[in-house]
Amino acid sequence: MSDTLVQELEARAGTATAEGPEWLEPVRRAARERFARTGFPSPRDEEWRFTPIGPIAQGTWRSAPAGARGVTREQLAPFLFGRDDWSTLVFVNGVYAEGLSRTALLPGVRAGSLAEALRADGALLEPHLSRHAPIEGSPFTALNTAFLGDGGVVHVGAGAELTAPIHLLFVTTAEAGGAVVHPRNLLVIERGARAAIIESYVTLAPGQSYWTNPVTEVSVAPGAWVEHTRIQRESERAYHVGLTHVDQYRDSHYRSFTLAMGGALARHNLHVRLNDENIETLMYGLYLTRGEQVADNHTAIYHDQPNCRSWEVYKGILDGRSRAVFNGKVFVKPEAQKTDAKQTNRNLLLSDGAKVDTKPQLEIFADDVKCTHGATVGRLDELARFYARSRGIPAPAADRLLTYAFAAEVIDEVALAPVREELDRLVLERLGGL
Amino acid sequence: MLEIRDLRATAGDKEILRGIDLTVNPGEVHAVMGPNGSGKSTLAQVLAGHPAYKVTGGSIRYRGEDLLELEPEARAQAGLFLAFQYPVEIPGVSNAYFLRAAYNEIRKANGLEEVDSMDFLDLLEEKLKLVEWEPEIMSRAVNSGFSGGEKKRNEILQMAVLEPTLAILDETDSGLDIDALRIVAAGVNKLRRPDNATIVVTHYQRLLNYIVPDFVHVLSGGRIVKSGGKELALELEARGYEWLEDAVGAAS
Ligand SMILES: Nc1ncnc2c1ncn2[C@@H]1O[C@H](COP(=O)(O)OP(=O)(O)OP(=O)(O)O)[C@@H](O)[C@H]1O
Ligand SMILES: [Mg+2]
Repeated sequence: MSDTLVQELEARAGTATAEGPEWLEPVRRAARERFARTGFPSPRDEEWRFTPIGPIAQGTWRSAPAGARGVTREQLAPFLFGRDDWSTLVFVNGVYAEGLSRTALLPGVRAGSLAEALRADGALLEPHLSRHAPIEGSPFTALNTAFLGDGGVVHVGAGAELTAPIHLLFVTTAEAGGAVVHPRNLLVIERGARAAIIESYVTLAPGQSYWTNPVTEVSVAPGAWVEHTRIQRESERAYHVGLTHVDQYRDSHYRSFTLAMGGALARHNLHVRLNDENIETLMYGLYLTRGEQVADNHTAIYHDQPNCRSWEVYKGILDGRSRAVFNGKVFVKPEAQKTDAKQTNRNLLLSDGAKVDTKPQLEIFADDVKCTHGATVGRLDELARFYARSRGIPAPAADRLLTYAFAAEVIDEVALAPVREELDRLVLERLGGL
Repeated sequence: MLEIRDLRATAGDKEILRGIDLTVNPGEVHAVMGPNGSGKSTLAQVLAGHPAYKVTGGSIRYRGEDLLELEPEARAQAGLFLAFQYPVEIPGVSNAYFLRAAYNEIRKANGLEEVDSMDFLDLLEEKLKLVEWEPEIMSRAVNSGFSGGEKKRNEILQMAVLEPTLAILDETDSGLDIDALRIVAAGVNKLRRPDNATIVVTHYQRLLNYIVPDFVHVLSGGRIVKSGGKELALELEARGYEWLEDAVGAAS
């Protein structure tokens, strides 16, 4: 385990009480103690078997320097969807940068930094913070919780309807080289509200090695509708280990789209718990890897109650000698009758050197359910390729077209048109255009 | 326009085409008929450049060029078009996008300027009328979830947009209802010009009532065993193929 990290944890033990409300200290302390006890996961740990976290565990990571020194709004333009009017909370090297952020919020909606929220009112935070994502779930979550300090907090009040998405934008700069940041986000969508939230992890220093260790907790109250888009385009030399935990309640709809294309190693865990009846959950994912990149997606859906539907499609496009891991867990409790769960993982290999480990994991304890899963790993369809060529489209363009089409099928599921179009553009650019 | 000489082709170890000779001149319509498995689609696919088939002998000259030297895309760019017996689904690519990409690639290869999506839409609108189709079909993914008849009609729409010099229609009539057959045939006829040619592969005389051929060829066992005028199709309709196979058997 990293000695620097533990030293820092110990140093924090002395000072942390000063920051934030009283109830938070035991939370942080428990997380600190937990991580000090467990350390990083070992390769023998089933959950981490295919995830080469060696460089993280053996690294000496310092805290990122605070502040947005020298970063301008213009530099952020490539990450803003061309929409200057959307509310955007910008975090530079893990710390909220008010000067770069824009908030134009409707009544009933609050969005701001966690640091500020901790100073101002703990009342909203206390029932949620670290209540959704347990520190026992993963050493990385424990670590994030131990260092918990800043990130985005979005609260969409009962019945409020967001007309435009709220964007949480995490940017690293060259100064983050060799450092770790632990963003902590809380999204609370109240009863009957409707919201779209984007979470982006990007860099202004594409050559830098750093480590992002974010945790996002999401609460979707009865009857709420949420579209949550997560875009990870870290430096290709960076490490990213993130967790999103969602708790859904009666009659709610939560749809997630995750795009992962950055990082030397990028892992994301998405856990969704269906706490009541008549819930709908859609989980879409797309990962694009090249070179020596490793993209790892672990998803878990907990069907705790009857009459819920979950639908999951994750797709990957791998080039070079890159690797992808997909692990999809579906747990159906004995009382969760009439569950309808479908999971699909499809992978497209563009090279001989790329490799995929895909594993569905279904644990079903109810008998009157419809649960299916399927995983494929394949190449471009030769017949489709010939068909395109027979229409005059040259082979390389046909390949790009088919590769893009493979991705487009899942991007098309993004409900919000401007977000969908931007994702489309991003992916197209990464694939070398058409 | 097209000169096929003693063409032989295999798939794997299987010899499918066993010496085909066929000449097609500008303005002509040739019908190719023959029993299931006789090699009609193989001939069509070899002309389009399908990589699964290996040409083991003979030659194909197309507009003075050695067709076999050209990549499939170069053949299309040189005006060759195959309407597939089984059109391929391409999920995730809209029909409109695909067709515009093809149209522009062919223009580019012929030294013409690419057209933007607005101009293309105008062209498309006109061609959709030709096949009596609503524009909605264009926003769907290429052939994805299309009915059998819709796929065939889509092939003809592509042909109408790409305006080939040599069109090969492989059983475009199978799976079409009577109205669709009439529409598709009318489309093909409207596209006929003195400087282009059509090869129609079909099992049914009915199509040839609409698209009247100058020549009818019967393919059997990888060879053309009989050629004639349009009346040959009627004879085949009445008598089947067996008498021809017998005749060939007796002759060889
Ligand atoms: N790629 C292939 N690999 C192996 N055999 C093939 C291949 N393609 C065609 N064949 C075989 O070659 C023969 C001719 O097939 P082809 O599709 O050309 O027939 P066809 O005349 O078009 O028949 P139909 O009237 O049924 O469409 C058949 O026996 C078929 O099974
Ligand atoms: Mg055939």
